[in-house]
Amino acid sequence: MSAPAATPGFNRFLVPIAAFVLIAIVFAVGIKHSPQVGVIRSPLIGKPAPSWSLPLLSDTHRTFGSKDLHGHWYVLNVWGTWCYACRDEHAALVAIARRTAVPIIGIDWRDDNAQARDWLAQLGNPYSTVATDHDGRVVIDWGVYGAPETFLVNPSGMVVYKQIGAMTPEVWQKEFASRLPPQLANRSS
Amino acid sequence: MVPELGHFALILAMLLAALQAFFGIAGPALNRDRWVAATLSAVAGQFVMVATAVGCLVMSFVNFDFSVRYVAENSNSALPLFYRVTALWGAHEGSLLLWIMLLACWTLAVAILTTRLPQRFVARVLGVLGFLSFGFLLFTLVTSNPFLRLEPPAADGIDLNPLLQDPGLATHPPVLYTGYVGLAVAFAFACAAMLEGRTDPIWARWTRPWATAAWAFLTCGITLGARWSYYTLGWGGYWAWDPVENASFMPWLVATALIHSLAVTDKRGLFKSWTLLLAVVGFSMSLVGTFLVRSGVIVSVHSFAADPTRGTAILIFLIIAIGSALGLYAWRAPMLKSSGGFELTARESFLLFNNILLVIAAATIFGGTIAPLIADTLGQGALSVGAPYFRPTFLLPMLPLLALLSIGIHANWKRGRLAESRKALLVTLVLACAFALAVVLGVYSGRHVLSFVGVALAGWIILSSLLDPIDRWRRKLTLSRAVLGMTIAHIGLAVVVLAISLVESFTVERDIALADGQSARVGAYDFRLIGVRAVDGPNYSAERAEVVVSRNGRTVTTLFPEKREYWVRQQVGTAAGIKNEWGTDLFIALGDDLGAGRWSMRAQVRPLIALLWLGPALMALGGFCALSDRRYRTARAAAGAVEPGVNPAGATERSA
Repeated sequence: MSAPAATPGFNRFLVPIAAFVLIAIVFAVGIKHSPQVGVIRSPLIGKPAPSWSLPLLSDTHRTFGSKDLHGHWYVLNVWGTWCYACRDEHAALVAIARRTAVPIIGIDWRDDNAQARDWLAQLGNPYSTVATDHDGRVVIDWGVYGAPETFLVNPSGMVVYKQIGAMTPEVWQKEFASRLPPQLANRSS
Repeated sequence: MVPELGHFALILAMLLAALQAFFGIAGPALNRDRWVAATLSAVAGQFVMVATAVGCLVMSFVNFDFSVRYVAENSNSALPLFYRVTALWGAHEGSLLLWIMLLACWTLAVAILTTRLPQRFVARVLGVLGFLSFGFLLFTLVTSNPFLRLEPPAADGIDLNPLLQDPGLATHPPVLYTGYVGLAVAFAFACAAMLEGRTDPIWARWTRPWATAAWAFLTCGITLGARWSYYTLGWGGYWAWDPVENASFMPWLVATALIHSLAVTDKRGLFKSWTLLLAVVGFSMSLVGTFLVRSGVIVSVHSFAADPTRGTAILIFLIIAIGSALGLYAWRAPMLKSSGGFELTARESFLLFNNILLVIAAATIFGGTIAPLIADTLGQGALSVGAPYFRPTFLLPMLPLLALLSIGIHANWKRGRLAESRKALLVTLVLACAFALAVVLGVYSGRHVLSFVGVALAGWIILSSLLDPIDRWRRKLTLSRAVLGMTIAHIGLAVVVLAISLVESFTVERDIALADGQSARVGAYDFRLIGVRAVDGPNYSAERAEVVVSRNGRTVTTLFPEKREYWVRQQVGTAAGIKNEWGTDLFIALGDDLGAGRWSMRAQVRPLIALLWLGPALMALGGFCALSDRRYRTARAAAGAVEPGVNPAGATERSA
C-alpha cells in the first residue's frame, strides 16, 4: 500500500492548493453577494414580526402593540436616550417623518421615561407612537443587537427590511422608500 | 487612560509579532543565530503586551467605563461582576482579543516547553505563529478595535446579550477557542518542518502532544456548546447541523484524523506528506469556520454579529495564510518519500481507513455547509441544507469507522497477525450484539435497526478496548499513559455513540390532555396531574401545574411546569419542568386550558442523555492522559519556569 507513482509532469501535491483556490473564489463571490456594510441578513427578514405589546410613553397605563398595527405598513425604530448613535440619527428621522406617510413607531429601550420625554421635546418627535420597553424583553424578540436598529414591516406583519445602526436619508431612500408603495413613501405635499 | 494604555499595548504587540515572524523565519533561513535567539524575546514581549491589553479591557468592564464603546455595548451597571468579565468575549471585538490572547498563551507554552528541540526549528515554529498573530492583531486594530471611545460617553450600557448571561455560554467560547487556536501550533510545526525541508518524521513526535491537547480542548468546547443549546435554547435538541456548529465540528474531525495520522508518521515514518497536509488543513478549517461565522456570508442563528467588511479582511488573511502553507506543501511534499510498506491487515491500514473516513465526513459536512453559498454564487437561488442531508451523509463514513476501530486497535504495526486476536474479537462482538439486543428489545422494546447497530458497535468498542489493558493488568505489566489515554478516549467515543443511538431512537414525546388526578403513560413513566393553581412571579402571573412522575407505581419526582403571562408585554411564556433521573431527562411543558379542568401538556422522556456529556469528557480526559506520556516529556528541565495556569495544556503535561 505505498503511494502511487506520480505521473511525470503532474504534481499531485498541487491538488490541495488548487481546491483551496476554488473555495476562496466561492467565498469572495459570497462576500460580494452579501449585503452592504453593517447590514446582516436578519433571520427575521421574510418572517412574521414578533407579536408585542408595550406601555405607551405618553400614557403608561395604556398599551400599544402589533395588534394595533395589523394591516398597515410601519417602521419600527429601537432607540434610547443613553444611545450615542441614536442622537446622530435623530435629525434624519425627524426629516424623514416630515416626508413620509408611513407611521414610525419608536421603542424606547431600557430608558427613563422622564429623560425620554425631555429628549423628544428638545430634539423633536419623529414618532407617531412611542412605546417603552424597560426590561428589554420585546427588543430581544426582535433580535436587536444594539441600538439603533430600524425595521420595516408590511401589512401582513412580515419583516421586510432591517437596518442596523443609524438611519440616514440615503438608507431611507435606497432601502425603505424603495420597498414601500409610492403613495406612502413620499407624502404628497 | 486605561483604554488608551490597552490600545497602545495592542499596537506594540502587533509590532513585536511582526518582529517574531521576521526573526523566526528569516533567522534560520539566513543563518543568523542572533536573530534566532531574538525570536524568544519577541514571544515574551508580545505575550506581556497582549496580556496588558486584555487586562485593560477587563478593567474597563469591571469599572463600568461606559465611555468605551465596546463596554457600553456589552455591559450594564446592573450586570454582575462574573458576566462583566465574561462580557469580554460577548461580541466580535473582544472574541478576537480572546483569540489573540490564547494564541499568545500557546506560543509562550511552545517557547517554554520545547527547549530540547533544535533551536532553529523552534524559531521557525515561533516565526509562523508570530505571522498568524500579526495577522490577527492587524485585523483587530484596523477593523475591530475594542478600545474605541464614545463621544459623549454613554450614561449606561446596553447590557450583554441575555443569551450570553448563562454560565454555559460564558465558558464555552474560551474552551472552544483554546482548541481552535491550539491547532495553529500543529500548523506551525508542519510549516516549520516544510520550511526547513526536513525529510525525517521526527517532527511528528514533537507535534503529537500539541495536536492532542488542541483536540481535547476542541472536544470539550463543542460539548459545552451542545449542552448549552440543549438546556438553555430550549428543546430543539443538542445538534442542529447549523453552519456555526459545523464550523466547529469540521476542525474536530480533521484534528481527529491528524492525531491518528501523526501516530503513523511518528512510529513508522509513513504518511509523511499526508500528515503535513492534515496539520495545515486542520487549522485552515478553524480559520474558514471563523470566516463563515464572522463574515455573514452564511446565515445562521448565531451570526447576529456579522459584518461583511470584516469578512473581506478575514478572507484576505485566510488566502495569505492558507495559500502560502499549501504552496509550501506543493513545493516540499514531493521530496518526502515513505520508507517501507505494510500489510493490508496491519495497523497502518486501519489508520489509513480511519483518516480516509474522517476526511470524507469532514468534506461532506463542508460541502453541505457551503452548498447554499455555491448555489448563490451560481445564481441558483436560495438553497437550504439541513439534517436530512447531514445525517445520512455523516452516518455513511461513521459506521465503517466505528466497525473498524475495534479490529484496528488489535492489529500490529507493519504485519497484520490479526489471527492472534481473532478469537477475542469475535467473542467481544458476540457479547456486544447480545448486549445491544437486550438493550434495544428488552429495556426499550423498539425495533430500530440503526440503534441496534449503534449500541452493538459501541459495546464492541468498549469491550475490545478493555481486552489489552485487562490482559496487561493480569500479567502485571505496566500500561503506558499513551495507551491508557487512547483506551479512555475510545471508550468515550463509544459512550457518545451509545448515547446518540438511544436518545435518537427512544426519546418518547407525547401531547397529553389531563384533568386533576388523571395520569398518562409516556414511555415507561406515568405523568399524573395533581392540580393547577395560580402563582405570582416578580413580573408575571402564572398557572403552575403539579405533575407527579412515577415508574412502576413508585414516585420518581414531582415537576412544576408553568405557563406565564408577563404583565408588561402581555405575552405568554412557558417554563418547563425538567428533571434528570438516572441519566434520563423527564420533561413536561404546560399547554392550554382546555376547559372543564383539563389541560394540554407535552411530555418527553429522553433516555440516557447524561451519557452524551460523559462521553466527550472521557474523550478529552483520554487526550490529556495520552499527552502526558513519558515519551513526549522532552523539556522537563525547563518546564518549572512556567507560571501556573498560563496554559492548561502545559499544566496538565507537567502535573503528570
